[in-house]
Amino acid sequence: MDKTIIQVAGLRKEFHVGDVTVHALKGIDLTITQGEFVAIMGTSGSGKSTMLNILGCLDKPTGGDYFLDGINVAGLDKNQLAEVRNLKLGFVFQAYNLLPRTSALENVELPLFYNPRVKTRERRDRARAALEAVGLAGRMHHTPAQLSGGQQQRVAIARSLVNDPVVILADEATGNLDTRTSYEIMELFQRLNDQGKTIVFVTHEPDIARLTKRSIVFRDGHVIKQQAVTDRLYASELIAALPVEND
Amino acid sequence: MNYTNLLKISGGALLRNKMRAFLTMLGIIIGVASVIAMLGIGQGSKQSIREQMSGMGTNLVFVMPGSQQRGGVQMGPSNMQSLTMDDVTAIAKECPHVAAVSPEVRSSGQVVAGNKNWPSTIYGGNVAYMGIKKIEVADGRLFTDKEVHAMAKVCLVGQTVVDNLFGEGADPIGQTIRFKKIPMLIIGVLAEKGENSFGQDQDDMIIAPYTTVQRRILAIDHIQGIYTSATSEEESELAIAEISTVLRRQHKISNPADDDFRVMAQAELVKMFTSISDVLTMLLGAIAGISLLVGGIGIMNIMFVSVTERTREIGLRMAIGGKSIHIMAQFLIESMMLSVSGGIVGILLGYLISYVVSGMMGWPVVITSQSVVLSFLVCSAIGIFFGWYPARKASALNPIDALRYE
Ligand SMILES: Nc1ncnc2c1ncn2[C@@H]1O[C@H](COP(=O)(O)OP(=O)(O)O)[C@@H](O)[C@H]1O
Ligand SMILES: [Mg+2]
Repeated sequence: MDKTIIQVAGLRKEFHVGDVTVHALKGIDLTITQGEFVAIMGTSGSGKSTMLNILGCLDKPTGGDYFLDGINVAGLDKNQLAEVRNLKLGFVFQAYNLLPRTSALENVELPLFYNPRVKTRERRDRARAALEAVGLAGRMHHTPAQLSGGQQQRVAIARSLVNDPVVILADEATGNLDTRTSYEIMELFQRLNDQGKTIVFVTHEPDIARLTKRSIVFRDGHVIKQQAVTDRLYASELIAALPVEND
Repeated sequence: MNYTNLLKISGGALLRNKMRAFLTMLGIIIGVASVIAMLGIGQGSKQSIREQMSGMGTNLVFVMPGSQQRGGVQMGPSNMQSLTMDDVTAIAKECPHVAAVSPEVRSSGQVVAGNKNWPSTIYGGNVAYMGIKKIEVADGRLFTDKEVHAMAKVCLVGQTVVDNLFGEGADPIGQTIRFKKIPMLIIGVLAEKGENSFGQDQDDMIIAPYTTVQRRILAIDHIQGIYTSATSEEESELAIAEISTVLRRQHKISNPADDDFRVMAQAELVKMFTSISDVLTMLLGAIAGISLLVGGIGIMNIMFVSVTERTREIGLRMAIGGKSIHIMAQFLIESMMLSVSGGIVGILLGYLISYVVSGMMGWPVVITSQSVVLSFLVCSAIGIFFGWYPARKASALNPIDALRYE
């Protein structure tokens, strides 16, 4: 039996906007175990991002339980949450969220700055290794402005990897990228998953979801369907099948 | 998170906006530079005045003819001729706290030697005169009591007079000069004193027996001033009281408001000048302080802009594990870097200004380490004080709200 990484029960989230209460999540039950590659699916406004933000300890649920790697997140204060985010979670955002005018290497080093156990020398080595793992060995000293969208997202993935988290959370990580680059990023995620990384991937595109191992479909704050991906695709094959660009 | 990392982060943020950082620092630079310069120049001028005045003797007490205005009406010329040699004799005889006393008479005009001439002033006193005014003989000799009685046509000349009439380095002793047609034998040269704090050349003078100046040159009966040495600086006050009493009796004045003379002590003048300079220093210091305050507000303003601009960065830092304290420290250090580096530049600039101004005025440069340390502390405090609120604002952000900030 694989280890449970994420366990959610009866999770609710409400937003208050003026007099209106928005029920974004209406009682979610979820279990994600080690080594899984899960796609959270659903139409826009169904609550996917809200779910991921709570899983990422960026936002607090209104009610329900959330256990991350055996820790009851509800009992943690602000500083403890920051530590959990630093040591156990890796984020990949749709808009990359890299620091501008800062080299790829320094961007990747950033989470290690907040980890008191990592010394300067080790920090540099680990950041290099992470950038090499995402195929950017030659771009360490380039700033975001000098990198393509796909390369920026690779830097962001390297940053999410650098503290060796228990789970990587990605929200529409391919949302800003063209088809080929999206597949390349998915190929990277598939490779990381093959190496044992647990990944939770939010997307509204069904063909991207078919690259994962399990899909969880949200609608209107509820989970309406959970199933293993039966007709799984491999990003490397999809890239090979794309028409050759001649320029 | 260690301090080197924090310094790197904050320093990097400032370097990315060099021009903005510089303009923000400018307020602090100007403030600190003016504080340092004001205090330095103020101290320097004060010290210079004090040195000059005590160079004339801190126990000097002198009497001037004339009075305060009476009912708005300045008294006539007779009032300016109120002092006589009888007064000098009486003071010498009756004032126990007066150690030495001399009359003073003076006349300005052209001094002629051979085919050269030079505008100068001749001062007449008795044998105690130069001792009272702390003027020394560099070469030759002082005139004697006998020469005073005899209205001898002898004099001592200052270095400026020597330079202009006989050429630099010349030995004028034994030569004769003419002042208002009276030929006078040079018997001594005065020790050099240089300029005083008011830019007056103290070597441009001739000293002769008062009798010679009073009778032969001016042809008057009165004297123009009385110079005395009190027994000590502390006893100047007593000397003033004694002299006033004697002079009122001599002049048959019963009401001090009717005085036709003024008695002043050098010590008092020093106090007056230094207190004027203190007030000025404080005033300018206060203005400089206000500019520091304005500089601080400038920092606060720019820190708010910086926090707002970097809200998403703050969100990201929090998302990857930055705690409130890290965010707070990052922005506090940034504002302190602004204020402290502004302070350092300001201190250097203040030094420079003090040197230039004091150099031009011929004052000593007095920059106390206290004012430097104080400026430094004040700058750090400004950085913390004005950076606190923006940094607090940044650290209190909710990670998800900060990440979503547009
Ligand atoms: N900060 C917020 N304030 C108010 N309502 C919100 C907020 N965030 C999300 N919502 C609402 O919650 C619902 C789910 O949003 P979200 O999780 O972003 O959907 P998805 O990512 O699936 O498109 C939507 O109705 C949205 O309007
Ligand atoms: Mg979303």
